Amino acid sequence: MSDIYLDNNATTMVAPEVFEEMKPYFCEQFGNPSSLHSFGNKVGFALKKARKQVQDLLGAEHDSEIIFTSCGTESDSTAILSALKAQPERKEVITTVVEHPAVLSLCEYLESEGYTVHKLEVDSKGRLDLDKYKALLSDKVAIVSVMWANNESGTIFPVEEMAKMAAEAGVLFHTDAVQAVGKIPINLKESAISMLSLSGHKLHAPKGIGVLYLRRGVRYRPLLRGGHQERGRRAGTENAPAIVGLGKACEIAAEHMAFENTEVKAMRDRLEQGILAAVPNCFVTGDPDNRLPNTASIAFEYIEGEAILLLLNKVGIAASSGSACTSGSLEPSHVMRAMGIPYTAAHGTVRFSFSRYNTMDEVERVIQEVPGIVAQLRKLSPYWGENGPVENPDAAFAPVYA
Amino acid sequence: MWDYSEKVKEHFYNPKNAGAVEGANGVGDVGSISCGDALRLTLKVEPETEVILDAGFQTFGCGSAIASSSALTEMVKGLTLDEALKISNQDIADFLDGLPPEKMHCSVMGREALQAAVANYRGEEWSDDHEEGALVCKCFAIDAVMIEDTIRANNLHSVEEVTNYTKAGGGCASCHEGIENILSKVLAEKGESFNAGGAAVAAPVAASAAPEAPKLGTLARIRKIEAVLDAIRPALQADNGDVELVDVDGKNIYVHLTGACTGCQMAAMTLGGIQQRLIEELGEFVKVIPAAKESLVSMGA
Repeated sequence: MSDIYLDNNATTMVAPEVFEEMKPYFCEQFGNPSSLHSFGNKVGFALKKARKQVQDLLGAEHDSEIIFTSCGTESDSTAILSALKAQPERKEVITTVVEHPAVLSLCEYLESEGYTVHKLEVDSKGRLDLDKYKALLSDKVAIVSVMWANNESGTIFPVEEMAKMAAEAGVLFHTDAVQAVGKIPINLKESAISMLSLSGHKLHAPKGIGVLYLRRGVRYRPLLRGGHQERGRRAGTENAPAIVGLGKACEIAAEHMAFENTEVKAMRDRLEQGILAAVPNCFVTGDPDNRLPNTASIAFEYIEGEAILLLLNKVGIAASSGSACTSGSLEPSHVMRAMGIPYTAAHGTVRFSFSRYNTMDEVERVIQEVPGIVAQLRKLSPYWGENGPVENPDAAFAPVYA
Repeated sequence: MWDYSEKVKEHFYNPKNAGAVEGANGVGDVGSISCGDALRLTLKVEPETEVILDAGFQTFGCGSAIASSSALTEMVKGLTLDEALKISNQDIADFLDGLPPEKMHCSVMGREALQAAVANYRGEEWSDDHEEGALVCKCFAIDAVMIEDTIRANNLHSVEEVTNYTKAGGGCASCHEGIENILSKVLAEKGESFNAGGAAVAAPVAASAAPEAPKLGTLARIRKIEAVLDAIRPALQADNGDVELVDVDGKNIYVHLTGACTGCQMAAMTLGGIQQRLIEELGEFVKVIPAAKESLVSMGA
């Protein structure tokens, strides 16, 4: 039996059609798109087509609003730093406590440089308080950066509404949409979003390619200066094969949007329902009514996530976890902690993230394996008795230190 | 995924002595739920001899925490309490054929559980003096608390000093920004500021610019080379390898690596290390070149 890949929020397989589309751009169509001769010219046309394909998936008004970058992180940094450079009198940034490190680490660095960063908190289902957000908007704020969908819980933020509120207050709005693009419909021309980041490898394009969407007219300062590429907004020779691949991936994603929200969602729902029915003391994290169709985040109480992943891996199932150990840090996932999930459950969160390449048979196999793995680890746990958690677990086992 | 040894995997997949021991008379609960690793060790000790008759563990934690717990229980069974207390966290890690640097704290937890359980058996109070910070230097597994304490205790002011005292930052150097941030923080507490100087690295000293050592005669030089190889030999033999001098031709020193060294991916590092030692000892630049004995003989013909 082949292994089951349920870690598509981490990265995805390059779609075979995407790979086919890319192939000629290594050894045959290798020209520099900036060159005048026929070698470069053909590549130039291929990039133009790809830009249009990305534009269509995002529903952007102009193809010149698409800037190719090297990854989602570069797009995030470019967006936030551009807003600060272009408006030097504005020293505040608004973001959330559950952002990806691509935004959070940058914000921490900005704080050390003297900027004020407001981090919006979330409730137990990972939702924001828009009244608090509104109160923070002012002409001191250079940019708001809020993710479209959370990579761990899949919870979707109301970014379109938040962008409108920012626009009314005269504030730029950026969204890290790397988890949302290709999974839920996006129509930027109808929104007030100023900037958006996406990452190719999250939607079956290769790694090493990202996009910054930049609304026409938004004041902008490039991160990389040097060449005229991307109309001088991102210097550096274009990664032509990856751009072509991303274009194709966007086209396919648009075709599969309905499938993602019906078939893929059905697999995710069946997995959750199957596991919750078979395993005691576990629960779904995030906002079940408002989240990505492909993401299931389940907290297994009284056991630790890395141990779960190792045992899943042993039976050929790939998933990921928010435990401290899987990240090499001392704290469990900041997303789980922000939702107030206790340590004994936060360390035991496992994220199963689907793609259109998964099957219902795989789901059934996972449902069969998980209960045994959880039981095996609970047998080792000091919090677990014969048939359930020990009485008053926190008092029964209260280890020394920290 | 972590690079776990086969031994770690074995103890994780099939842990020994899982569960609480019947009739235990020593219990140690240690760890931190916020960090995601905690362990209860139960010991059954024979009062007359203080020999550990049985040991069991219950662990909330990752793969290496479970493996370390399992290893610990295997190691202590049959030992007296005093013998058991001599087990260090490095012993536990060694028993498992090593742990990744990020996971060394799992073995620390095992040792502390043992101390706590022995204290509990003896009716003593056990308090933990262990405080753990975020891992800063991955090459030498040094955490932030260790670096902070060392800076305070020794009044350190530079990354270089921190490296000299703790080893942190002495490997790949990627953590120097982190060490600088800790220095800034600790020095700010004292009203001082951290001055890093420039960001450039000193230019490598060309070998020819090294202080001139008195030139050795040919025989003295070869003896010296032999002496350096003799000094390195025990370390190689520990890994079932060996090194032999084949020939010396000006700056080229031909050596023959045998045993485990041959074809091993570490061979290049071993050669580099030998070369470094020879350069230091001879006071001149030399090049160490691997050679098979036979081929060189025929070449020399």
